[in-house]
Amino acid sequence: MDGTLAVFNRAIVSYRRLWQASVFSSFILPVLFVLSIGIGVGGHISGVDGVSYLDWIVPGVLASTAFQMAVGESTFPVLGDFKWVRGYHAMRATPVRIADMISGYQLYIMFRVVIASVVFLGVSALFGAIHSPWVVFTPFVCALLGVAVSAPTSAFAATIENDSYFALLFRFLVIPSTLFAGVFFPVSQLPALLRPLAYASPLWHAVELCRAATLGVAPPWPVAAHLAYLLAWAGLGYLLALRAFRRRLSD
Amino acid sequence: MIHARGLVKRFGDFTAVDGIDLEVAPGEAFGFLGPNGAGKSSTMRMIGCVSTPTAGELRILGMDPVREGPAIRGRLGVCPQTDNLDPDLTVFENLTTYARYFGIPRAEGRRRAAELLEFVQLTEKSGSTVDPLSGGMKRRLSIARAMINEPDLVLLDEPTTGLDPQARHLLWERLFRLKQRGVTLVLTTHYMDEAEQLCDRLVVMDAGKIVAEGSPRHLIETYSTREVVELRFGDDAPATYVEKLAGIGERLDPLPDRLLLYSDDGDAAVNEVHRRGFTPSSVLVRRSTLEDVFLILTGRTLVD
Ligand SMILES: Nc1ncnc2c1ncn2[C@@H]1O[C@H](COP(=O)(O)OP(=O)(O)O)[C@@H](O)[C@H]1O
Ligand SMILES: [Mg+2]
Repeated sequence: MDGTLAVFNRAIVSYRRLWQASVFSSFILPVLFVLSIGIGVGGHISGVDGVSYLDWIVPGVLASTAFQMAVGESTFPVLGDFKWVRGYHAMRATPVRIADMISGYQLYIMFRVVIASVVFLGVSALFGAIHSPWVVFTPFVCALLGVAVSAPTSAFAATIENDSYFALLFRFLVIPSTLFAGVFFPVSQLPALLRPLAYASPLWHAVELCRAATLGVAPPWPVAAHLAYLLAWAGLGYLLALRAFRRRLSD
Repeated sequence: MIHARGLVKRFGDFTAVDGIDLEVAPGEAFGFLGPNGAGKSSTMRMIGCVSTPTAGELRILGMDPVREGPAIRGRLGVCPQTDNLDPDLTVFENLTTYARYFGIPRAEGRRRAAELLEFVQLTEKSGSTVDPLSGGMKRRLSIARAMINEPDLVLLDEPTTGLDPQARHLLWERLFRLKQRGVTLVLTTHYMDEAEQLCDRLVVMDAGKIVAEGSPRHLIETYSTREVVELRFGDDAPATYVEKLAGIGERLDPLPDRLLLYSDDGDAAVNEVHRRGFTPSSVLVRRSTLEDVFLILTGRTLVD
């Protein structure tokens, strides 16, 4: 536990130095999204599933911000700590365990995601887009989503030698997920053949949970099923990361 | 502190460390001297419990590195061959974040960080990020970082490689202070002057094997002569003189650019060269060094 907190502490100290660089993507961009699409586009359409487009899109953008942040923070920063900074090698020479390296960083991911979620929810509330007290659970859903995607992405980053693989990850997984996993339009509008792909994305499950919470309605699947799916990604991702880090750090 | 018997490290079917025996006692400054690729870092990484021995016996601080890795690492200070400082953090933060890895409480970490920065003469850089520091400063910071847990054993892998002479001397002086405080130092180097300056005892390593062991003075006395004469013969290949000068001194070693003549009395040897009617274009009589020992033992120069 000490080791995990030490790794978390290092990530936080780094963030304190470099937070300005991520202000735009973490805090400003999501709000711009909601303003331009929610209000701009929403003004031209009657709404989705009986709610205004702004209200409908806010939980989607909430979850997709967490999704992108969690993936982004687990690509270059993780590979960099193996290849360039060699921060993991520095930790490896101390009592810190490999599991601490992963847990500490996942704790940091959750921290980042929760802060961004709370700020975004605050702004959304000003626009009257929050309709249910269940909203208080959404930062936790986002934190879980964060781990569900950050852990396997860390495993991937720990496996590759060359950062050009990240472009493929974004092109074939992250961007399609963001576009088609129910953030901007309901999955039901996808061709039936493509819908399972949206269901497979952890993002869709988090979007639906967040949407149910901010609108005060029931999600399409039982809450437990959505959560279980996200937990499975988090758990499996964690094990994959453990294996990848072990391979990379031992000989 | 360190006990190894028949220690082996293989990478695939390549043997980097080929059955070495080691014994390092508390308070000693112990060195691995050898050229690039000799297996020094591979050995250091096994001692640092970050690499698993392929075969042989290894005990660090009386413990088993495979089963008790974290406990051992908690009592080691490691300064790796390639710096792995956090470039975006300040000098001070590099030390305090690292202190936490050892479970050192915040306040105590800050106290030790300030004290160590004083020791490595980086106090005025405390608030600067690491990126703009010179190589020597980064190295000193790495050493300070390695001391943060008040280690029983400090491992330094090529502490001064790539530094300018002034930075090297400053670093040596700091390491010498550590030695005086009774800290056990284990270091690797391919500089014979570094080994002579810092090590009480060293092993000469080549191609994964230990080829000699002892104090620098003992090694020189055992394997070399008291003095060495360096002869140059203008454009002539030094090798062509080996036969002509045979019998002078105890040994002749032709290098590409000069001929080394080993003799306990350099001046007498030079007189003999002249008496035989040869006039080298330059003559240098000097004391024997570990470099000569290495050449005699392996037939190769240390730094090429
Ligand atoms: N992880 C590794 N995988 C394969 N070969 C390695 C690895 N580490 C070191 N080697 C090889 O082992 C030999 C000894 O390397 P090293 O211990 O770094 O030597 P030194 O530190 O004395 O220069 C070198 O030939 C090097 O290429
Ligand atoms: Mg080396």
